[in-house]
Amino acid sequence: MTIIELIKQPWPWYVAGPIIGLMVPTLLIFGNKTFGISSSLRHVCAACLPAKIPFFQYDWKKEIWNLFFVFGVFLGGIVTAFYFKNDAAVVVDPQLITELSAYGIVDFSGLVPSEIFSWASLATPRGFILMVIGGFLVGFGTRYAGGCTSGHAIMGLSNLQLPSLIATISFMAGGFIMANLILPFILSL
Amino acid sequence: MTTNKKDTNTDFEVRSLDAICKNQEAVELPMWHNLKYLAFGVAFGIVLIKSEVISWFRIQEMFRLQSFHMFGVIGSAVAVGALSVFLIKKFKIKSIHGEEIILPEKTFNKGQIYGGLLFGFGWAMTGACPGPMFAQLGYGAIATAVTILMAIVGTWVYGLLREKLPA
Repeated sequence: MTIIELIKQPWPWYVAGPIIGLMVPTLLIFGNKTFGISSSLRHVCAACLPAKIPFFQYDWKKEIWNLFFVFGVFLGGIVTAFYFKNDAAVVVDPQLITELSAYGIVDFSGLVPSEIFSWASLATPRGFILMVIGGFLVGFGTRYAGGCTSGHAIMGLSNLQLPSLIATISFMAGGFIMANLILPFILSL
Repeated sequence: MTTNKKDTNTDFEVRSLDAICKNQEAVELPMWHNLKYLAFGVAFGIVLIKSEVISWFRIQEMFRLQSFHMFGVIGSAVAVGALSVFLIKKFKIKSIHGEEIILPEKTFNKGQIYGGLLFGFGWAMTGACPGPMFAQLGYGAIATAVTILMAIVGTWVYGLLREKLPA
C-alpha cells in the first residue's frame, strides 16, 4: 500500500486525536494564539455588518490570523477532495443505518446526508429546520457559550479551565437531547 | 448608544468569555506571517475530514452512544493538548518570537450552560461545529454554505441581544 492510499483510508481516532491536540501547542508556540474557531464568525460580523452593536466594535484586523486559519480549513477540504478522497461510504454502527433508513436516509457516501443537506431540500420542513435553524443555533450558541468544540472542549480543557468543562458538558447534553429526543421528530416531518 | 473603543475593551474584561484572543503578539509582524495560520488551517481541515469527525453520521453515532470513535478523537486531542500546555508552563517555553506564552483564564458565566445547550442542539442538527462547516464546504457539501451563513447570522443576533440575555 502506498502512502497516498494509506492517507486515503479513514484515520483511526488514535491518529487523528493527537494531531488535533497538537494544534494547541503549535498555535501557542508559532504565534502566541489560543486555539479557537468560532470567534472567526464574530470577526466576519465585525468586518461586514457591525451596525453600531458594541459587541462588534473592535479592531477585527488584529485578529485576522483567525480568518486565515478558517480559510485554511476550507482549503483543506478542497485539498482532501482532490487528492485524498475515499469513495467508500462511511462505516457506521448498523443500528444507526437501520434507524436512519426509517426516515429515508440511505445515502452514506457524503459527509452529510444528501437527502437533507441540498438546495432542493431547503424548501422542505426538515431541510429548512436542520440547515437554517441548526446553523443559526451553532452561531448563536457558540458565541453565547464563549467558544466551540475547539475553544472550550480542546483548548479550554487542555488548560484545565472549569468553565470550559461546564461548557463541554452542556454541548454534549444539548447534543444528546437533540439527537435522541428531538431529531427523530424533525426527520419524520 | 454611544460606545468608544475604550468602553468596548472594558466590556471584554467584564465578560472575558466571549473575548477575542487577548494574548496576541505584541510584536507587529508583516501580513504574510499570517500564511502560517493558513497552512495550519489546511492541515486541520484535512485531519477533520480524514478522521470523519465532521461526518453528520459520525456525530449521530456519538450522541446515540453507538461508537467510541468521536470520544476517542476528542479525548486523545485533549490529552495531548493538556500535556503540551503543562510542558509549556513547566518549562516556560517561549513563542518563536521570544514572547512569554500566556494562557487566559476563563470565568464562569451562565452563557456556558445556555449557549452550550443551544450549540449542542445545532451540532446534532447540522453535524458540524464552526470549524467543520468550512471543511465540509471545501470538500464539496455545497449546501453547507447555508449553514455557515446562518451561523454568521446567529452570531450577529447574539451580538444584538447580548445585553438582554441572562449571563
